[in-house]
Amino acid sequence: MSGNAEKFEFSSETAASAEMHVAKYPAGKQQSAVMPILDLAQRQNSGWLTQEIIEYIADYLGMAPMKVLEVATFYTMYNHKPVGKHHVQVCGTTPCWLRGSDDIMNACKKHLGIEKGETTADGLFTLSEVECAGACVNAPVVAIGDDYFEDLSPESMIELLNKLKNGEAVQAGPQIDRQTSAPIGKATSLTDFVGKET
Amino acid sequence: MPTLTIDGKEITVDNGLTVLQACEEAGAEIPRFCYHERLSIAGNCRMCLVEMERAPKPIASCAMPVGDGMVITTNSETVKKAREGVMEFLLINHPLDCPICDQGGECDLQDQAVAFGRGSDRFEEGKRAVAEKNMGPLVKTEMTRCIHCLRCVRFAEEVAGVDELGALWRGENTQITTYLGQILDSEMSGNVIDLCPVGALTSRPYAFTARSWELKKTESIDVMDALGSNIRIDTRGKAVMRILPRLNDDVNEEWISDKTRYACDGLSKARLDQPYVKLDGKLTPANWAEAFNAVADALKGANGSDVAAITGDMADMESMFALKGLLASMSSDRIDCRQDGAALDASCRAGYVMNSGIAGIDEADYILLVGSNPRSEAPVLNSRILAAVKGRGVTVANIGSAEDLTYRTDELGDDASILDKILSGKHATAKALKDAAKPMIIVGQGALARTDGGAILKAARDIADKYCMADGWNGFNVLHTAASRVGGLDLGLTTDGGADGIMDDAAAGKLKAVFLLGADEIDTSALKDTFTVYIGSHGDEGVRHADVILPAAAYSEKSATYVNTEGRVQHSEKAVFAPGEAREDWTILRALSDVMGHRLPYDSLEALREQMAIVAPSSAQLDQKPDEAWGDFGTKGKITSGGIAPAIDNFYATNPIARVSNTMADCIAARETEVEGATGTNG
Ligand code: SF4
Ligand code: FES
Ligand code: FES
Repeated sequence: MSGNAEKFEFSSETAASAEMHVAKYPAGKQQSAVMPILDLAQRQNSGWLTQEIIEYIADYLGMAPMKVLEVATFYTMYNHKPVGKHHVQVCGTTPCWLRGSDDIMNACKKHLGIEKGETTADGLFTLSEVECAGACVNAPVVAIGDDYFEDLSPESMIELLNKLKNGEAVQAGPQIDRQTSAPIGKATSLTDFVGKET
Repeated sequence: MPTLTIDGKEITVDNGLTVLQACEEAGAEIPRFCYHERLSIAGNCRMCLVEMERAPKPIASCAMPVGDGMVITTNSETVKKAREGVMEFLLINHPLDCPICDQGGECDLQDQAVAFGRGSDRFEEGKRAVAEKNMGPLVKTEMTRCIHCLRCVRFAEEVAGVDELGALWRGENTQITTYLGQILDSEMSGNVIDLCPVGALTSRPYAFTARSWELKKTESIDVMDALGSNIRIDTRGKAVMRILPRLNDDVNEEWISDKTRYACDGLSKARLDQPYVKLDGKLTPANWAEAFNAVADALKGANGSDVAAITGDMADMESMFALKGLLASMSSDRIDCRQDGAALDASCRAGYVMNSGIAGIDEADYILLVGSNPRSEAPVLNSRILAAVKGRGVTVANIGSAEDLTYRTDELGDDASILDKILSGKHATAKALKDAAKPMIIVGQGALARTDGGAILKAARDIADKYCMADGWNGFNVLHTAASRVGGLDLGLTTDGGADGIMDDAAAGKLKAVFLLGADEIDTSALKDTFTVYIGSHGDEGVRHADVILPAAAYSEKSATYVNTEGRVQHSEKAVFAPGEAREDWTILRALSDVMGHRLPYDSLEALREQMAIVAPSSAQLDQKPDEAWGDFGTKGKITSGGIAPAIDNFYATNPIARVSNTMADCIAARETEVEGATGTNG
C-alpha cells in the first residue's frame, strides 16, 4: 500500500451508495458497511486502495484505520497496488487446475508477456491467480472485472484477451456451447422429466 | 446454575462460564493459547479442544458456554489426538529457535509442546519467515514465532485502549503489526510481552541479558505511581534485571505500566553510593561518621521550627516516620509530605483516599474526573476505567484539560469553578450524579495543587456528600500521583504553608536546616543558603544545594511500607542490597539520631513498625481497602475560575529513577521522532 498524491474523496455517486449501505445497519453499527464501502472506493479509484482511502473510510465509518486495513488486507478482492483496466484473475484451485487452469495461466502469461502479479505496459491487463471463484462446475474459470468467463481453453482465452484489448464486446459466462451450468450438449439425467417439461 | 459432568465427575458451576472455566474448576487442565481470563474470547488457536457428548467433533472449550447436563471429556484418546494435531499445526511455521529465544523457560508454546505435543513433526516443507516489526523501544518483535493468537491485538484494544495494533493479511501470510509501523503509543504496552504466549513479543531492554531460571524473584510493591501495583522484582546478583506484574485483582489485576516495568535500569544509574559533605562549597566524599557529625554540628542548638523537612514521592512510611521522630527530637513538627503543595487535609482519612476503591470502578456507573488525568497518573487504573466505559457504557465526565484518555469523555471544560455550579445543582452534571446509583468523583493532584486547592477539595467533598453516597458506597476519591503520599498523610505530615512555606522561609533565611527525604520534585534554589541534608538514592534536583548527602536505598532495596491511593497498606520486600555505602533510610536516621544525642527508640524494623502503628494505626492493617468514616475536610473558599493544569507533564519522567532511565529516555525520544516524522511525511 502506498500513498497517492491526490486527495481522495467520495464522488457523489459513491457517497450515495455508501450512505445506502450504511443505512442497512442499525444506528451506531455503521462499521458493518466497511466491506461494500471499500469496494465502492476501490472502483472509484481505478481498482485499488491507498492509505488515504483507508483513512478516509476509517474516518467516514468512525473506525480506527488499522481496523479498516485489517479488513482490506484480509480479503483478496481488495487491491493494494495499481491494477490494469482489466484485472485477469485466473482460478488455480483444484477443480480448475484439474481442468487445465495451468494452460490458461500460461496462455495469458505468454500472450500478455507478463508474470503473475504484473501489469502490461499499456496498463490494460493485470494478471493474478486466485483461489476458487465458486464456479467450479464450469472450470476452468477466469474472473475479469465483474464478469466470469468459464469453460475456457487457451485459444478462447487468447481470443478473449484480444477482444478486450481491442475494446470489442465480449460475452461473459461459458465460452463453449452451454447454457449457464447446464450439462454440455443435452441433458444426461432426468431425461424423462426434462422431456416432459419442454 | 448448570450441572455438568467433566471426566466422569459432576460439578455445578456459575451460569455464563465457559466449558474451559468449568473444566478448570473441576481440576482438569486445559491447554490454551488464545484464551486469556482478562481478554475477550477469540477461539482461534483451537488448543483447548475437548470432547462433548453428542457433538460430532471436539469443541473449543474456551468459546463454548456451559449448559446443564453437558458431558465433557478432557482425557480421552480423541482429545489427546486433537491436541497433538493442533500442536503440530501450530509448530509448522514456528521456527523452534528456543535456544536463542528470550521466552525460553517461560514459554507457553514450549511448555505445552512438551506436555501435549507429539514430540516430532512431519512437516518437511519450508517454513515462513516474517520481518520484524517496529513497536517502539520497549517491545522487541520476532514475528516468525507468532502463532496468531491475537492476544496482543485484543489487549491493545480492550485494555490499553489503542487501536493501532492489528493482524494484516490472512492465512499463513498473517502479520501482526502496528498501523504503518508506528510505535505502540500506550503507557501499558509492555504487558503484551507477558501476554504473548510465545517469543514473538519480548522485552527489548531485557533482551538476551538473562534466562528466567537464573533470576531470584522477590515479590514487592511498585512506587512509580500511587496505585501500589503488585510486582515481582527479578534480580541476578546485585542487578535488577526486570520487573513483572503480580496478580492482585483489587489493585493492578495483572497489568503494570511501562514506567513500572521499565524504569528499573534507572536503579543502577546516578546512584548516591557514599555520603558527601560540602567542604569549601564543594561536595566531597566522606564517611558516615563525618557526614553524621557535619549534620550534628550544623544542627547544634536548633530548635522548634528552625528545622523543617520535606518528604519525596517515593519515600516509604518507615523513613518518613523516622524523620518525623528526628524532627520531633528537636521539637519541630515542620515536616510536609506534599512536595507539589496539594491542599490535602490529613485530619480525615476519607478526605485523601480513594474511598470507592480501585476495584470500585468496576461497579461505578458514572465517573467525574476533577483535575486528574488517570492515563498519565495511573495507567493501570485508567485501563479499569476504559473497561467500564467499553464494557458497561459508563459515562466519564472531565473537568480539567481535555486529553486523550483512550475512551470518550464528556469534556466539561477546565474551569474549576464549574464545581460550584454542580454543587448548587445548576449544572447538568449534578443531575447525572444524582441519577447514578454508584457515582464516583475522582479528584486529582492537578486540581488540589492550585492555590485554591483547599476550596476545590471542599467543593468536591460537598458534591460527593450531596450526590455520591449510597448504602455501602462512598463515591469520593482522591487519585494520588505519589506512592508515599497517603502514608505521609497517615503520619500527619502536613504543615501550615506546606512545602512552599518551607521554601519561602528558607529563602528568607528563617530556617536553620532543611531535610529532604528523596524530595526531588521541588525547585531547591531557595535552599542555596540554608543547611540542607539530602537523604535519598539518586543524584537529582534534591542534591543541588545539599550540604550533606546521606545515601539511601531505592525501593527495590528495602523492606518497607507503602500505602496506596485507596489507603491499602502493603509491604515491599528487599530484592537486592543498596549499592556501596547506601543504607536503608530509616537506619540512617536512627544512626544520625544517635550522633545527635537523642536516639530514636527502635532498633529493628519490627520495633519501628510497632511504634508507627501507634501513630498511624492503619499502617498495621495489611492488604485491605479500608472503609473510612466520612467527615468534613477542605477549606471553604472561593474557587477562582481558570484552567486546571495537569499534574504530570511527562509520564516517563516523573521521578529520579525514571529520569535517569535510558529506557524511559528512549520512550520520550521515540514519541518525539514520531511526531516529527508525521509532519515531515504526511503533510
Ligand atoms: S505476537 Fe504473540 S500475542 Fe500477538 S498474536 Fe502473535 S503469538 Fe499472539
Ligand atoms: S476451482 Fe476454480 S472456480 Fe472453483
Ligand atoms: S484457547 Fe480455545 S481456541 Fe484458543
